[in-house]
Amino acid sequence: MYALNYQKAQSLKQASQALAESPTSRVVSGGMTLIPALKHRLIQVDQLIDINGIAGLKDIRVQGNHLWIGAGATHQQVARDPQVRAFSPGLADLAALIGDPQVRARGTLGGSVANNDPAADYPAAVLGLGATIVTHQRSVAADEFFKGMFATALAADELIEGLRIERPLKSAYAKFRHPATGYAMAGVFVAQMAAHTWRVAVTGATDGVCRWSAAEVHASSGNSTQLPNFEHDGVLDDIHAPASYRSHLVRHLYAQALAQLA
Amino acid sequence: MRTITLNVNGHNHAVQVEDRALLADVLRGPLKLTGTHIGCDTSQCGCCTLLMNGDAIKSCTVLAVQADGAQITTIEGLAKGPELHPIQAAFSQCHGLQCGFCTPGMIMATAGLLAHTPAPTEAQIHEGLSGNLCRCTGYIHIVESVKQAARALQESRA
Repeated sequence: MYALNYQKAQSLKQASQALAESPTSRVVSGGMTLIPALKHRLIQVDQLIDINGIAGLKDIRVQGNHLWIGAGATHQQVARDPQVRAFSPGLADLAALIGDPQVRARGTLGGSVANNDPAADYPAAVLGLGATIVTHQRSVAADEFFKGMFATALAADELIEGLRIERPLKSAYAKFRHPATGYAMAGVFVAQMAAHTWRVAVTGATDGVCRWSAAEVHASSGNSTQLPNFEHDGVLDDIHAPASYRSHLVRHLYAQALAQLA
Repeated sequence: MRTITLNVNGHNHAVQVEDRALLADVLRGPLKLTGTHIGCDTSQCGCCTLLMNGDAIKSCTVLAVQADGAQITTIEGLAKGPELHPIQAAFSQCHGLQCGFCTPGMIMATAGLLAHTPAPTEAQIHEGLSGNLCRCTGYIHIVESVKQAARALQESRA
């Protein structure tokens, strides 16, 4: 590990100020993606600002028809919290499928959403549930938040405080894990938000999480039509899987998610 | 350099560390606890697994400064004198190791798993050890060891 400075922030505002003052600073929480990236020298960082420990940032609570999950909540916390499971089984299942137990004990929701890895799991839940991303400055709808590979609507000094999620009628997540990394080769999040309103989000298969409108139409029709094909211009094609395989996987996982809900 | 405090295996330590120092290196270096192994140093293999505030974590991917004030249990903290911890005894009885390099991590991951899931299913054991690699055993005896450890711990509580 190369030399860097480390400081603990007392508030998101303080962390944001430190980011604004020094462009080579990075915020760390669990560090499950960031620390390996530093060790591999994939990024150059002079200062780490630790937001783990800011009061209230790990809170999970249900308020009426909304669930609040603080950005600092670990995957393990989300996976094990009975309130989350009762509110959205798909979200609890998804958190339990991230990485491995040691990673889930440290990695956080806010880190995963802000990083927007194209093969990460959380973006599928956030977009699939149409969650609101609450930063220390504003609220952003999931449909406006994800901007493709590792890109989001966040400003350089803007930090996620948590997610506000409207209660779905039903939700499920189906994933095919990359056997070595645990990331999604493909993952499909399906949520029924109202009688005839369904949202379907796909991760892992393209250059960034996306909604799959043909599947949303299919689900809204009560699955009465034929299972749609996953048509997308940017399906990933690499050494792990050709595009045709990934597209097939998405369709298969969508069917699996629906079967979980039946 | 700055001073952090760690409670390791029940003992308080004040340690001078660089901000960039990894928890695994601080334990193995200044604290001379070399039972925590570093296999890959890239958070793949799980050899460096220990308990931090009760959760199994990979200490090669945590800065020592991030662990300031934490309760740490390493493999050295399990046995009571010459008496092996039930998880260690189970790995010995069930031949859950060959070369032994991954074993401290396997045992600490098992400790983390059984603390939350005292009677795991086979699938839960597989998932619980999914962050740990063994290049010798083929895992069959390791899974047996975890089952045996779960039984022994439950009997000792009964």
